[in-house]
Parts: sequence; C-alpha cells; structure tokens
Amino acid sequence: MKLEELRHGTELLKRGFAKMQKGGVIMDVTNAEQARVAEEAGAVAVMALHAVPADIRAAGGVARMADPAVILEIMDAVTIPVMAKVRIGHFVEAEILEALGVDMIDESEVLTPADERYHIDKLRFTVPFVCGARDLGEALRRINEGAAMIRTKGEAGTGDVKEAVRHMRAIMGTIRELKGKTDEELTKVARDIGAPFEFVKETEEMQRLPVVNFAAGGIATPADAALMMKLGADGVFVGSGIFKAESPEKMAKAIVEAVNNYDRPEVLAEISKGLGGAMKGLDTHTLTEDEVLQTRGW
Amino acid sequence: MRVGIIALQGSVEEHVRAAERALSEGCGGEVISVKHADIVPSCDAIIIPGGESTTIGRLMLREGIVDEIKSAAKHGVPILGTCAGLILLARYGLMDIHVTRNAFGRQRESFETPLKIDVIGEKPFNAVFIRAPAITKVGEDVEILAKCNGYIVAAKQDKLVALAFHPELTRDPRLHHFFFDLV
Repeated sequence: MKLEELRHGTELLKRGFAKMQKGGVIMDVTNAEQARVAEEAGAVAVMALHAVPADIRAAGGVARMADPAVILEIMDAVTIPVMAKVRIGHFVEAEILEALGVDMIDESEVLTPADERYHIDKLRFTVPFVCGARDLGEALRRINEGAAMIRTKGEAGTGDVKEAVRHMRAIMGTIRELKGKTDEELTKVARDIGAPFEFVKETEEMQRLPVVNFAAGGIATPADAALMMKLGADGVFVGSGIFKAESPEKMAKAIVEAVNNYDRPEVLAEISKGLGGAMKGLDTHTLTEDEVLQTRGW
Repeated sequence: MRVGIIALQGSVEEHVRAAERALSEGCGGEVISVKHADIVPSCDAIIIPGGESTTIGRLMLREGIVDEIKSAAKHGVPILGTCAGLILLARYGLMDIHVTRNAFGRQRESFETPLKIDVIGEKPFNAVFIRAPAITKVGEDVEILAKCNGYIVAAKQDKLVALAFHPELTRDPRLHHFFFDLV
C-alpha cells in the first residue's frame, strides 16, 4: 500500500469522527487528573480548557486557549479523544492545537472572541471542528465554514439548562417545519435564516442536521442530560456540571448512564439517587447583557 | 433474517441504515437495535459498531449483553465488529487476535484509502480509518482478509469478522453482503 494513497482530513473523516462520539458524554477537564476521572466514568472524549466555564465566568478578564503543556499532559493521561477550545476567529490558536495533535477543536463562545466579524475557515484544517449554535441558520453557517459537529450554545457555566433547551428546540423545530417544502420555499427559508440553500435542502431531506448535533451549555444533572437526549441531541457536553458538583466521580458516571437510558424513567430514578449536590448554578435571567456568552459569534 | 446492532454508543444509526440497505438488496430481513439484554439471543447476526471501545464495553457489561454475545458466538452466530467492535471481539477472547488501539495515530492521522480485499472482488473498497486500531498478531485459525501499511486491518475466524475501518460510513455494501452470507 503506497502512502500517497492515504487521504487525510476529508469531510468524511471529519464528520465520521463526530459520529463515533454519538450517544456519549464529552466532559470538560482542566488537568490530567480530571481527565482520568472522566475516562474512568465512561466519557467518550474530554475537552481540555484552562478553567471550567463557571470559573471563567467568575474570574472575568480575557479567556484564551489552554496551556499547550497541560493539553499534552491530558493527551498522555487518557486513550479517549482529546478536544480543546479556541477563541472564535482565532485561527492561529487552532493551528497550534492542530500541531499538538488535538483530535477536535471547539471554536467556542466560552472564550473571549478574537474576531468579531469572521469565524475560522475550518475547511482548510485537517482536524475537525465543533461549533456552537442557537438556531438552524447559525448551525448551517458553521457547517458551511467546515464544522463537522454542532452543539447548542446554551449558557455555559450556569448549570441552568433552559438556554440549551431553547436552542435545541429552535433547531429541531425549524427542521420539522422544513418538511415537504418545495425548492422555492426552501430558497426563501435559506434567505430568511441566513444559511446556504444546499445545506437547508440537505437538512430537509435528512430531517436532521447534516452533522452530529450535541447539547451543551448548562447541563448539570442526569435528568438534564436525559432531557436533552429526549429533545433530539446525539449526545451531550458537560462542562462545569461535573467538576463543580459535590462528587464529580458520581455525577460523571450518573450522567453517562443517563444518556444511555434517557428513555427509561425508572432507571433514571435509580441513577439520580444520592449523588450529592449538583453545581450551585446561576439562573440565566439574572445575567446582565455582557455576562451572556451565547451572543458571541453570529 | 434478524440482524442485531449493538446500539449503546457510536455509529449506530449509520450501521442500521447500511444493514437495511444491504438486506433489501439481498435476502431481506429486519434490523433490530440492541440497547438491553434479552434481544441478542433472538438474532441471526450481530454487529458491534464503531465508537469508543471503553464506553461501549462498559455499557455492554452493565446491560448484561457481553455474556449473551459470548454465548451467541459459541453457537455459531456470525458477529461483525468494526473499529471499536474489533477491539471488543479481541477483548472478550472471541477471536484469536492481538490488537493495538489507535495504531495509526490520532484523528489528524485518520485516513481513507482504496483497500484491496480479495473476498469481495477485484475492485478496491474505500476504507475509512478513524483513530483506527489494527491487528498485530493472529492465531492459526484466523484468516487475514486485508492489510494496510503492514498492519492487518480485516480478519475472519469461523463466523466472526473484524474490521479496523468503517464500512457503515460509505455506500459500498459488499462487506455487508459478505458478512450476511455467513448466516
């Protein structure tokens, strides 16, 4: 087999990688020890960042990509895939993560945006990207830029699931509304939601997003995770919800089991028993306009 | 024919669709998602999909599916393991193979390549390797079906088939037909 016959970084490989995460839980971790806890609990991947969103919120200031030394320690600590976050538009942070060998990059509103006009051109990277979205138009714009996976933005670091619910309902609801529309009607929808026609059409035909669609932003309990699965998520990201809980090990295992048993209330009841306190959390209605993260990006 | 897909984590939906397509072109039959115990014993063939082998393995154990799979293998039920599924076929001692996880590297090194697999004909199969494992050693009862870069990436032992790549991500049904013919 000649080496030149190996094709890397194709759309099939990028979207295929995301498909392997389906039905799983991806956990935010800030060091190797947390990464091992996440892997042991059954996470399908970990997301490396310098602080969990709740702490980023509390600390204020500019939030940036994590220290490459810490990311490498995390990559050495676990055999599951390691993802890491870059600022919106910061393609050099993305090039650095690709050079490190990170398995997926999250162009994330949780960090302080580096570019207020342009998201990263993700098509030119070999490594796949996941991006946040609040509605179908935003999701399809990111896919058009090369995102291989979408997650709801929710409102990170709050432990309040209502924004993730709002975003998932918006995306799934609009997809259902597309059903049976003619090409002329889909052209109008594409214009209205600011997304390319070809992806609107593909979404209508598949009756789902053309890429894997996870829930994220405010998931704090097994019941929250199961709720997002019921609303149509392919899997969940849990950020502060695990390592801000009273017992991260118990909470992490319980959320993994909840995602697998989301349609069995009697099992969920069993899973939810005696977990200790969930993260304290923050009602998103109490946030001021500049404390809201989901409005970053467009 | 009743084909059970282990539906705990990973590329389940893709496997269901690929199996349905292949069945509709061939002998016909139904595809069942296996999330819990008591389903495997009624299946004529089992597919363990790609995903995270650690996660799938842990959930299979918790749901009581592992012993059912071992028993099915003993009774000659064909089982196909792709990627993570290949790792599990080795881990449960069902196939006499040694496996290296992430043999080709991380996602950056994942690749597609035309792969020559003699048992499905001349035309190469577009094989999609995603953080793929590889087989480093096989016992004497194991038939090697394909190699890539010096590694064994497809193998068969009696009615068990292990693939390091993802036939469910492409539209070529030949490997599915090969597998269903074992029933």
